[in-house]
Amino acid sequence: MSQTDDHTNNDQVDNGHVNNDHVNNYRRKFLGQLAAVTATGALGSGLVLNNFAQARPADEAVSSNVRYGLLIDTSKCGNGCDACVKACNDENGLQGFDRPETDAQWIRTVKLRDKSTNRTVSLPMMCQHCEFPPCVDVCPTGASFKRADGIVLVDKHLCIGCRYCMMACPYKARSFIHEELTGQVQGIPRGKGTVESCTLCVHRVDKGETPACVEACAKDGHKALIFGDLKDASSEIALRISKEASMQVRGDLKLNPGVRYQGI
Amino acid sequence: MAKIHYREIEGNSINYYILLGFFAVIIAIALAATYYMEHNGHHVTGMTNQIVWGVPHVFAVFLIVAASGALNVASIASVFGKTAYKPLAPLSGLVAIALLMGGLSVLVLDLGRPDRLIVAMTNYNFKSIFAWNIFLYNGFLVIVGVYLWMMMEHRMNKYSKAVGFAAFTWRLILTTGTGSIFGFLVARQSYDAAIMAPMFILMSFSFGMAIFILILMGSYAGTGRPLGTAVLSRLKNLLGVFVAAVLLIVAIFHLTNLYATEHHGFEQFILLNGGIYTFLFWGVQILLGSLIPLFLLYSPATRESALWITISCVLVITGGLAQMYGIIIGGQAFPLNMFPGFEVSSSFFDGVVNHYSPSMPEIALGVGGVAIALIMVTIGIKVLRFLPLSLDDAIVDPHYKPATEETAESEATA
Amino acid sequence: MQSTFITNITGIRTALLSLMLFCLPAFAGVPTPDIPKGKGDKCVEETDFMRKNHMELILHQRDETVHRGIRTKKHSFKECINCHAVKDDDNVPVDFKNPKHFCNSCHTFAAVKIDCFECHASRPGNDKRGHGKTNDSAMSKH
Ligand code: SF4
Ligand code: SF4
Repeated sequence: MSQTDDHTNNDQVDNGHVNNDHVNNYRRKFLGQLAAVTATGALGSGLVLNNFAQARPADEAVSSNVRYGLLIDTSKCGNGCDACVKACNDENGLQGFDRPETDAQWIRTVKLRDKSTNRTVSLPMMCQHCEFPPCVDVCPTGASFKRADGIVLVDKHLCIGCRYCMMACPYKARSFIHEELTGQVQGIPRGKGTVESCTLCVHRVDKGETPACVEACAKDGHKALIFGDLKDASSEIALRISKEASMQVRGDLKLNPGVRYQGI
Repeated sequence: MAKIHYREIEGNSINYYILLGFFAVIIAIALAATYYMEHNGHHVTGMTNQIVWGVPHVFAVFLIVAASGALNVASIASVFGKTAYKPLAPLSGLVAIALLMGGLSVLVLDLGRPDRLIVAMTNYNFKSIFAWNIFLYNGFLVIVGVYLWMMMEHRMNKYSKAVGFAAFTWRLILTTGTGSIFGFLVARQSYDAAIMAPMFILMSFSFGMAIFILILMGSYAGTGRPLGTAVLSRLKNLLGVFVAAVLLIVAIFHLTNLYATEHHGFEQFILLNGGIYTFLFWGVQILLGSLIPLFLLYSPATRESALWITISCVLVITGGLAQMYGIIIGGQAFPLNMFPGFEVSSSFFDGVVNHYSPSMPEIALGVGGVAIALIMVTIGIKVLRFLPLSLDDAIVDPHYKPATEETAESEATA
Repeated sequence: MQSTFITNITGIRTALLSLMLFCLPAFAGVPTPDIPKGKGDKCVEETDFMRKNHMELILHQRDETVHRGIRTKKHSFKECINCHAVKDDDNVPVDFKNPKHFCNSCHTFAAVKIDCFECHASRPGNDKRGHGKTNDSAMSKH
């Protein structure tokens, strides 16, 4: 935490210098020393979960050696709990206008009831950060794009608000901004006439933190959400999906979402 | 066949100006509606995060599809060498351009950020069918423009067949592209079908022809120029064939869907219990927009009457709009099937039929697109020689038995 | 990267704007922009350079950050806002609606409209002073 704090709340312009610890940490990974050592250490203590020890130096571009994803264990998802939703709204400054049909939702709790057995499941649903995202394919201007590390974003400078991406997304992950907004959070630009969706808290990930929903879920003691690098065989997320059963929603569409679910 | 004389209409009558004024007022209302929508944001419309494309898109896609179909008459004349249609070719080109402009205006004015049109023109994602369409539409305008020039400029006439062929090919691709906007949406049960593209092509023939006949009849009635039954009966017969063809492909579409189990839910929705969408399908699209016009166009009692032909065209257009509404809005109203076998609920309207009630500004914008198309035609036929002075039977029909009186080349007054 | 065309337009505009600023002494008696000073001794680049080129820098950094995740602070828009925040009488940073806002002090004068703040926060910090409600109220209804 302290590392990242001095990173953001620095009043003086520091001419692009980057925190050395971050850099070393990151480069160590590519030198072959397992960052997993730090990660497992952090997991043990529980409280430091929001650091995943692979912060990339601020001047280095995202790389396709990483692919970020989430693993959601629905059996741990507390019934009626909406900590992740609250955390997301808070982190990203999502406001509601008492107009549920047009208010933006980046993450929502979906309740399922198995029609044949009556078993109920509750799970968070957000942008699935598809490897082959239909929203990116259809976007006429290239505003929808996938970062090298697999995070799917909207470049709001290019978005013309045609909403074709919303038509194309199989998960209803996107929201159109139907009114003028004020009071946006710094670093999270959002505005009328453009489309947006879960960014996997890219601003936090770039600092080496986990998304706000993941942090909140862990804080509440559920730990239903795990965030990490799917391509790093030693990461917790990769280890778990290599050993335990998990599924992708609408896997039949072969979009290979970066978000996987367990216990549906 | 007699030589065809094209002449601008005079366009100085009170009625002409009233007509222009009428269209101008509708366009002004549409622009005001756009300003209202863009200023407040789309929450003042009926469109939501569930129904993201609304009435403006129904009108826009309808007009764009019809634009391609309106070029049919010119294609039949130049590509298939049917001389009887030749006199109508320039008007057909004009209507095609006008309808496309009308449709595109609506599409652009509904964007969340219409001020960023320049972004759409300078940043292309070549994987996007939408981006191809921007290219296809611009190309269509250019090709049809050149085609008109070849037809209307004597020196260039010899090229008109070649360009006509290019225009014909281009517009088939264009409509395929428009259909594919929906056909490629794998996520939605309602759209994911290869048949969307050919269906859109047939729809374009039918809608375009209906609009073309109405404009033709309107402009000849308004200018007092003679319009013989030979022309009209050919056109209305063609319209009948197109309407029947659309009916057929719609039947195939739904039957193949019924064959595939995963589409049963959607079929049940549209055909049986979809409320407004079921009504629009059976009541408006099938009965009013297809069966009744077919009957009117071929029944001995009505097939000769200009009035009944007019009514048939209006019905076909109404049915076409209903069909578009069903495809665009109905397709979004039906819930996405994310978890097969589960009953789904959430704060984001998962698992429920989405509600949509169109707002006045949206409707005004859509209707404004029609007015933009019509005002372009109205002005077009005044400034350039699109309309033959006469489309009397003697002039048009090569096999017409000459009647006693000569068709006077009287200057028509508008 | 993405939007060279737009950048060009901005380039022309910036050229005009800087021309106006450099000609300021010529307009004696015409109200001149009162440009508030930022924090610290000097800006990340020479002031003259910034007057002419700040938009290019911001645009460049924008694409670098959005598409490539580069988050260096030197040319970061967020740092511009933080450093150039203008406080009102209650010592609260003013937002873009206020004519005293740093960007306004020049852009109003030069009549160059910018739309950055339709989406971006125009003052430092996590600004929860908007008119919307928190989203949770809307969602609890369902
Ligand atoms: S979930 Fe939807 S918005 Fe997210 S990447 Fe996939 S298609 Fe795009
Ligand atoms: S709404 Fe924006 S992001 Fe979505 S397809 Fe259109 S331009 Fe692309």
